Amino acid sequence: MLLELCRWVQYSPPLVAMRGSPILFPIVATIHLMGLAVVGGSVLLVDLRLLGLGLRRQPVAVLARDADRWLFRGLVVMVSTGILLFMCFATKYYYLTFFWVKMAALCAVIAFTVSVRRRIIMGHEGGVSAASGRLVALVSLALWTTVALGGRYIGFP
Amino acid sequence: MSLFRLCEWLANTSGSIALHESRYVFLVVLTVHVLTLAVFAGTAVMIDLRLLGVAMMRVPASEVIGRLLPWSGAGLLVMMTSGALLFYAAPLARYENVFFRMKMAALALALLNVWLFQRTVYRRVGEWDADAVPPGAVRVAGGLSLLLWAFIITTGRMMAYQDYWFN
Repeated sequence: MLLELCRWVQYSPPLVAMRGSPILFPIVATIHLMGLAVVGGSVLLVDLRLLGLGLRRQPVAVLARDADRWLFRGLVVMVSTGILLFMCFATKYYYLTFFWVKMAALCAVIAFTVSVRRRIIMGHEGGVSAASGRLVALVSLALWTTVALGGRYIGFP
Repeated sequence: MSLFRLCEWLANTSGSIALHESRYVFLVVLTVHVLTLAVFAGTAVMIDLRLLGVAMMRVPASEVIGRLLPWSGAGLLVMMTSGALLFYAAPLARYENVFFRMKMAALALALLNVWLFQRTVYRRVGEWDADAVPPGAVRVAGGLSLLLWAFIITTGRMMAYQDYWFN
């Protein structure tokens, strides 16, 4: 059923055209990478702060309000370009375990960010970083690293 | 010795051949190079956004730069080291790659931009440190930096298409 859908998407006229174009796929892949820089920067800003590094003189909640806005923008870019990249070779990714690992980690980290991480950030007093803050930062960084590694891995021939 | 000769000599060293023919080491180095982008370009972009006056506007610019630049610098070091290894794995292919040449030229310009920024407007950071939107010259440096890193990411990604497009 899902495989049928992947096949249908991959061989629909717009995606056939995108695959045939020598410029479209590289450009979309490049924009996807630029999104990585924005997502990476905004995640690091808050997670480093929770670890007592980076901008440690700023209150976490204030920093996070700003950083999360950029995280959202970066994610919009990454997800929309990511969907296009997926649709180009949907049936290939369907069979790659790492693709599903990446998707699971992505869902997990987004859910974690808007629930546990957000609650900890809002309740954070600033100053000395609490153990819970450090733990949240480590979980967040580990999940994002899994997403990124999965992304690199599924691109290998 | 010409650059071409140098690359030719480098390509015939045993280390280069080993790296070129390795099954996993090359892919590991490539993965490190791409993923460190999130640390290096990530922190650099955040600094540039502050210089443009569109992010962390209430944090003094000198604090953003002072606290994030070490992370950016460490990321750059990993990028340069892994990048040098990727070059070493196939010196002649890199030398002939149009996108690689453009990338190196843009990298030189980006580093020059950082150097000029430190030598000029950043000397007087006290005058604009707390400004939500810094003066024009600072915004130009930040914007230029963003454009150059974007160009470097683009040409880096396009290196894979040299054969596809030109050979």
